[in-house]
Amino acid sequence: MSMNPIGRPTHTGTPATAGTGSSLLPDEPLLFEIGDTGHSGVDLPDVEIDDARLGEFRRKTPLNLAGLTEPEALRHYVRLSRRNYSIDSGMYPLGSCTMKHNPRLNEKIARLPGFADVHPLQPVSTVPGALELMQQLSHWLLTLTNMTAVALTPKAGAHGEMCGMMTIRAAHEAKGQGHRKLVLVPESAHGTNPATAAALGYAVKAIPARADGTVDVAAVKAALSPDVAAIMLTNPNTCGLFEKQIIEIAAAVHDVGAYFYCDGANFNAIMGVVRPGDLGVDAMHINLHKTFSTPHGGGGPGAGPVVLSAALAPFAPVPFVREGDKVLDLVEHVEGEHLGRITAFAGQMGMYVRALTYMLSHGGDGLAQAARDAVLNANYVKARLQDVFSLPFGTQACMHEALFDDHFLDGTGVSTLDFAKALIDEGYHPMTVYFPLVVHGAMLVEPTESEPKQTLDAFCDTMLDLAADAKAGNAERFTAAPLRAPRRRLDETRAARSPKLKWERETELPAAAE
Amino acid sequence: MRYLPHTEAERAEMLATIGVDDIAALFAAVPESARLKSPLDLPPHSPEYLVEAHMRALAAKNRAAGDGPFFVGAGAYRHHVPATVDHLIQRSEWLTAYTPYQPEVSQGTLQMLFEFQTQVAHLLGMDVANASMYDGSTATAEAVLMAKRLTRRNRIVLSSGLHPHYRDVVRTYVGDDPDLVMIPHSQAGTLPLNIDDQTAAIVVQTPDFYGSLRNIEELADLAHEAGALLIVVVTEIVALGLIEAPGALGADIVVAEGQSIGNALNFGGPYVGLMATHKEFVRQMPGRLCGETVDADGNRGFVLTLSTREQHIRREKATSNICTNSGLCALAFSIHMGLLGEEGFTKLARLNHARACALASALEKAPGVELITHTFFNEMTIRLPKPAAPVVEILAAKGILAGVPVSRLDPTHPDVANLLVLAATELTTDDDIAALVAGLTEALK
Repeated sequence: MSMNPIGRPTHTGTPATAGTGSSLLPDEPLLFEIGDTGHSGVDLPDVEIDDARLGEFRRKTPLNLAGLTEPEALRHYVRLSRRNYSIDSGMYPLGSCTMKHNPRLNEKIARLPGFADVHPLQPVSTVPGALELMQQLSHWLLTLTNMTAVALTPKAGAHGEMCGMMTIRAAHEAKGQGHRKLVLVPESAHGTNPATAAALGYAVKAIPARADGTVDVAAVKAALSPDVAAIMLTNPNTCGLFEKQIIEIAAAVHDVGAYFYCDGANFNAIMGVVRPGDLGVDAMHINLHKTFSTPHGGGGPGAGPVVLSAALAPFAPVPFVREGDKVLDLVEHVEGEHLGRITAFAGQMGMYVRALTYMLSHGGDGLAQAARDAVLNANYVKARLQDVFSLPFGTQACMHEALFDDHFLDGTGVSTLDFAKALIDEGYHPMTVYFPLVVHGAMLVEPTESEPKQTLDAFCDTMLDLAADAKAGNAERFTAAPLRAPRRRLDETRAARSPKLKWERETELPAAAE
Repeated sequence: MRYLPHTEAERAEMLATIGVDDIAALFAAVPESARLKSPLDLPPHSPEYLVEAHMRALAAKNRAAGDGPFFVGAGAYRHHVPATVDHLIQRSEWLTAYTPYQPEVSQGTLQMLFEFQTQVAHLLGMDVANASMYDGSTATAEAVLMAKRLTRRNRIVLSSGLHPHYRDVVRTYVGDDPDLVMIPHSQAGTLPLNIDDQTAAIVVQTPDFYGSLRNIEELADLAHEAGALLIVVVTEIVALGLIEAPGALGADIVVAEGQSIGNALNFGGPYVGLMATHKEFVRQMPGRLCGETVDADGNRGFVLTLSTREQHIRREKATSNICTNSGLCALAFSIHMGLLGEEGFTKLARLNHARACALASALEKAPGVELITHTFFNEMTIRLPKPAAPVVEILAAKGILAGVPVSRLDPTHPDVANLLVLAATELTTDDDIAALVAGLTEALK
């Protein structure tokens, strides 16, 4: 049995002792169990105040906030952190999520006072560097995509989708086409696509995938009508495949007066190699956190700038940077039929800084090489596993992620979920499972360009060994997994049935199993 | 390129395993016409020291808040963040983890979110809080959509004191809906007239955009009598260390901007939106929720829960399209709040109010300046004898950032042209205030 020499804990658990923690990984109580209202890790002067300017609004409800001194706070959060898997501790092949290396230069730059300690409503005359940074980021994004304009402000990918679809809605309304109420979404799409369309009042029509995992231009044409506002298509798609008929699909969509929204979550696979503007795209969000590697931080913050075609550019939300005579200007109000404002200020400056730093470090050549290496790595994993793992769409080349289904586990008593949990015991974060929905028991592996060949080989060896073990009838190893993680499998049904969403003083802690 | 691990020899070896000659062959599915024939016109890769020099030059062109007297607030506030906070959030295990989809190896993030939800619920005085939103403005728009779902009504009444940017974001989210009623600031007393049996929610901010503390209880009664919900917005979360929790005054949904705690100004983002509500409304709440459960051995653990509300399960029937939120900003908030604790947070709030009182007293004595905010926490509005925007520019040229002219956010109302919103925090010194008053006096001569 091959093992991940870095990530695998030395302590070997058994069902009886696993999950209870080793001496180096003790359980950590809740902040509210170790802190109290009398301790504080911040020294502040005690000032006298009266009610003269407070009126009758003074707080009577207890705050009930637990405090810790600085050393205790450090220990609490350091101990907690050690119960997390992270890219820096090992390969994180979570398909569709793009867990690539997060350069530390980007963190250093984002903390310069000239970026971090700048207020969004300072006089515009005092922030020329911020405007220039936004302009430079826009230039890179537009060059990489061959599009006309970019709306930088969306706060995350899903927010970018909302912004892009609002732009499309505004464009239709301006043309007297506000009656269009239908949005086409392939079945393989991210859940955010139909959720976004529905949130904007559109009815969603699902487009089935072909046997080869891509969208059928004939199926799109059959669904198109004067009622269709847009198609939302992910490219490369969530099966890790390039939509090879994308140009014909775009043309058909434009023929009925609809727009082509491209979900750019997988732009990392083609940056510097293919430009969405050459494919007929009208709007596409770019997840700066995925493609240009701003840290995912346990679930954000992200940033989702949207690039727009000439048809949609006039409807971009405020604020945006405009080139004036000699200086850049921040446009905060526009007359006429534009989108409005989608967030209070100028978007995720902290993420803009990191993304531009990443772009400058890579250069145009490095970004294209990163895309090619991401595709190379995914195809290498696919090639090494394809004789054992089942490929839902044949042996065609994939883009940046390799998709498998669960047919290779037929009759073993091991599910995709069990297989994923067994990977945890081998020191890896599992791949994305059960997504996309169009594939049975999906396993979506995205190695990213950051992984060296040695790591990919170790990972593939582990995958193959696990598959052999499953086929050899050792199902219990999988169904009991994970045994070497800080916790064994968690009861999600119980969590949802009687939700306990905050600490309560009267809560009885569950007795330890020992 | 320092981040890319392969040598050419390794690439060749991998291509041989795949069975193709070059990487270009892997892009065979890309239509011929769309393949780039030459490299893009972008600079080549660059060493770390050159990239750093480029970025430092950009940063140096901006005037940092800490470079001199600073009174800008209006939805984002300059506070001191303890060194411990930024040190901890840069630990690899926090910084480079993903959304906790695999709970067994994400207990750090999940327990932190459970603690964060507890802190937020206590602060806002509500039953349950979610695991964060993008920021206060989008949280407000999501709260409006949530209220429409809960009441199955369409009319939304926005009070005059709501931050103009928040008002604009709500308007963008709900579209050009005739049922969106915005009460102009000059008609503050007309609010009750717009509440009827079609009203889903009243949205009120306290302290409001101008800094005034608002009587929420009165509005809660008005809303509830009409079967509507009260949404309370807080843009300066430190205020809740001193003023009453919205939940205790009848709020049904409370949303807030949490940037003040743990997070830098960052020219507007990333920030952290807070959202809390009643227990019975939780299934209509947007965003991630973390819940307590047990593992197979009966040990306490945490998971993301009630995900049947969310887009990745419910697709077009989801309560919102939110996926990624503000995890790391929520962590910074939670650590800072854990360091403060009740004692520190209360002291911080009192200190902010004391500094604001000092600012108000000084402004009241400045010739030509009229303080129009009578009850406030750390922010106030003054009326000048002439338009505020040019005055702010004159002071900025002298290194004093005097505040936010209301006209910048609300250019269509000429009657607000002379209004200036100023904030003080624990970082505001007596010297800063003296410099401001001297500058104002000079500019108004």
